[in-house]
Amino acid sequence: MPAEPRLRRRTLLLSATAGAALAACGGLPSAPDIPMDAAQRLRAADRIGWGATQAQLAEIERMGWGPYVERQLKPDVKAAMPGPVQARIDAMGISQGDVAARVWAAESFRRNGDKGATEDERAAARKAYQEAQGLAARETGERQLLRELYAQQQLLEQMSWFWFNHFNVHQGKRDIRLMLSDYQDRALRPHALGSFRAMLGAVARHPAMLRYLDNDQNAVRGLNENYARELLELHTMGVDGGYTQRDVQELARVLTGFGVRVDPDPAKVAPRFEALYQRDGLFEFHPGRHDFGDKQLLGRTIKGSGAKELDEVLDLLVAQPATARFVCRKLAVFFLSDQPPPELVDAMASAFLKTRGDIAATMRPMLYSAAFTSTDAPKFKDPHRYLLSSLRAGFEQRELVNAQPLQNWLRRLGQGLFDKQTPDGYPLTADAWNSPGQMTLRFEVARQIGTGAAALYRPEGTNGPVPMPDLQPLRARVEPTLAPSTRGALAQTTSPQQWLTLWLSSPDFMYR
Amino acid sequence: MQRRHLLQALAASPLAISGARLFAAGAEQASGRSPTPPMTRPRFLLVFLRGGYDATNLLIPTGSSFYYEQRPRIAIARPSANDPASALALNADWGLHPALKASLYPLVQAGQARFLPFAGTEDLSRSHFETQDSIELGQPVGGSRDYNSGFLNRLAAELDAQQALSFTDQLPIAFRGPVRIANAGLRETARPAVDAKNRALIASMYQGQALGATVEEGLALREELARDLSPDKMKAMTDAAGRNAIPAKGFELEARRIATLMRGRFSLGFIDVGGWDTHVNQGGATGQLANRFEELGRGLAAIADELGPEVWRETTVMVISEFGRTFRENGNRGTDHGHGSVYWLLGGGLASGGPVAGDQIALTAKSLFQNRDYPVLNDYRAVLGGLWQRQFGLSNAALARVFPGVQPKDLRLV
Repeated sequence: MPAEPRLRRRTLLLSATAGAALAACGGLPSAPDIPMDAAQRLRAADRIGWGATQAQLAEIERMGWGPYVERQLKPDVKAAMPGPVQARIDAMGISQGDVAARVWAAESFRRNGDKGATEDERAAARKAYQEAQGLAARETGERQLLRELYAQQQLLEQMSWFWFNHFNVHQGKRDIRLMLSDYQDRALRPHALGSFRAMLGAVARHPAMLRYLDNDQNAVRGLNENYARELLELHTMGVDGGYTQRDVQELARVLTGFGVRVDPDPAKVAPRFEALYQRDGLFEFHPGRHDFGDKQLLGRTIKGSGAKELDEVLDLLVAQPATARFVCRKLAVFFLSDQPPPELVDAMASAFLKTRGDIAATMRPMLYSAAFTSTDAPKFKDPHRYLLSSLRAGFEQRELVNAQPLQNWLRRLGQGLFDKQTPDGYPLTADAWNSPGQMTLRFEVARQIGTGAAALYRPEGTNGPVPMPDLQPLRARVEPTLAPSTRGALAQTTSPQQWLTLWLSSPDFMYR
Repeated sequence: MQRRHLLQALAASPLAISGARLFAAGAEQASGRSPTPPMTRPRFLLVFLRGGYDATNLLIPTGSSFYYEQRPRIAIARPSANDPASALALNADWGLHPALKASLYPLVQAGQARFLPFAGTEDLSRSHFETQDSIELGQPVGGSRDYNSGFLNRLAAELDAQQALSFTDQLPIAFRGPVRIANAGLRETARPAVDAKNRALIASMYQGQALGATVEEGLALREELARDLSPDKMKAMTDAAGRNAIPAKGFELEARRIATLMRGRFSLGFIDVGGWDTHVNQGGATGQLANRFEELGRGLAAIADELGPEVWRETTVMVISEFGRTFRENGNRGTDHGHGSVYWLLGGGLASGGPVAGDQIALTAKSLFQNRDYPVLNDYRAVLGGLWQRQFGLSNAALARVFPGVQPKDLRLV
């Protein structure tokens, strides 16, 4: 029985090494040379990705921080994961066909749930609809966790999480669960380190966002300003960005007609509107629902013309200094500190404005700042990072077989995947995550992970114990960096399990 | 055991506590943090029914032939002594769902449970999430929102956050905000989070650290829960009271744990109960919705029972939901998302005044909101504000911080 997972583990290792070798040959002459000691390297690795691993630290040491950062800033969003992990992702339902077909297939279940001939038929259709939705959400979650745990492009995985949270949608509304994987892969990841403007446009045309913030209900004869408000308040300028209620209403008028069409049949469009109608998969712009009057937004007149009004408005929003400040401060809070240095935020914001929202250019001042690798003033880990970093540290060579317990822990710790109901996303600061109850739960989870996390790594269909990994390299690397009281407590442990449990429970491990 | 007998003895003595008395205790509590004895302290529990429960089949408009016309397949029959499937009589206009006969009806008859029809929020989205959020935030609808400021958090800030506990795995939006509120889901038996040896080592690592006090508070709370709610202890209390041959389970068990904690140091609580989104086959006197009512009713009665008469007299429990459902049944023997709801108010010290409270309106096609739903005549913030002014003695200024821009509505409920 254990032969299979051992084989898989070796494959995992091999491809990681091959990738690192490739990276080392890459040669990036423009990257600055930034010398770091071991403690700074650990901090930098902990910050740029989902938690330092032995392999990642070796890669940074081999390449140097500058070339490593430059490589992370230019990810290949289509890069394959280590072999067995990629094979699992390829086999998922969310990897088959396109999203419009999957949503339409499920929609037919939903409709039969209402209209089936007999009650048995209706019940079976409703069940099939719920199962299709549940499976899509579970698979999207599992794929995300596999990427975060094993991808070499750790910064891409950080940014993908950050942008999903920034452009948050909740899985519980209507058919959004079926749209999550496509939302990640088409609206967010391709732009995660690319153009903020392009991402804003892709989000505004994605059915997940249009559904979530009710823009599919927004029409000239029934204005719904939900998306318009959050687009200004949460996605671009920030609540104190200087826009008015009038701007919200005018933006809502611009957004009229942007909606979702699940039915593959063409929509009914009056002949005079045919040229202006747009359809791309589930997205539609329906000119019959659009308000063609002129709009006044942020002191600018937007001529009523149809879908392209929105492009003009998004250009305008990306050029606002308030947007640059709001987005850059949020990035700095996420990566660096609950109170990031204002001069660093300024440097990022001016890069953002100069490049019209080039995210890699915006990130450079932060990634190359002394603060990023500094070992004082650490940042408290949120539950997602706490869990991911503990698995990456303790079990980096092991393949996550069952993602469900991990998804359950995330939920219990208050940060379930796709589970934030409100559009503001999960909070990024310590005070949201370090309450007494949450710390206690962390200790409980730390014990389960520290004693081997068997539920995550046990080969399917078996029930035996899972051997502890060799923790010696980890201990040798970590112990010199710990506070004396933590070292003192760890010295009293009597087994690798207890050592790992305590280290994961320590104040040192709560920060990065 | 002795404690329960003591409570019963106290309850028998003439120790009626008026609204003014509650006011005084609340004010003292809020200002001085003095250790008020548990029995002279007002307590409030919010029960949120997530999913928009069908209020029209809870508080049944038995006086309305319109109701019977519009719900031909799911209506509950008018009260009839010989028909166990008929509504329980409340007054000339209203009856109660028969699934509550054994649990809640006795409380109604004792004047310890009342219903507020046509209650709800001005939010008109008819979306579960949107409306739940806006209710829990309790901020003016239509303006910019602060998603990190729920109304129970703002209430806790006016009272004493140390006495607030959310009986949920995650902190609900209602309790989110600047004041730190603890939470602990009570569906499972509470156990200490770590064993004694690791606890000592963890404590040594956090000694003198920024999170030291937080960690100690969390571990101690869990130990307190494990101690106060241990299965042995719960069973001993139950046996001592000589009731419940069948052990409590499901929501009733959870409710007993909640009451046990609220009898102790917690006086502001929140619990949510799901499973109310009955679009299809909701049933009538029996069936899906009746089963939910039965379980909920049993749990609520268990809270009154577990608190004991003396503490129950100082406690109010408000049951709310994000919206009511369509007045007419739909094509699937269910109901769809509507607007006005019916809230439940329970407490051992409710003012007298009949089983149905608040502004009401005769039910006709014309009086339905948008010709489909109950209208909202009793805004939840105004009603809760009026209740809390009496119960906690909140000043107008304090209430304005809890519910900005809201005029309290004093229905003289306590």
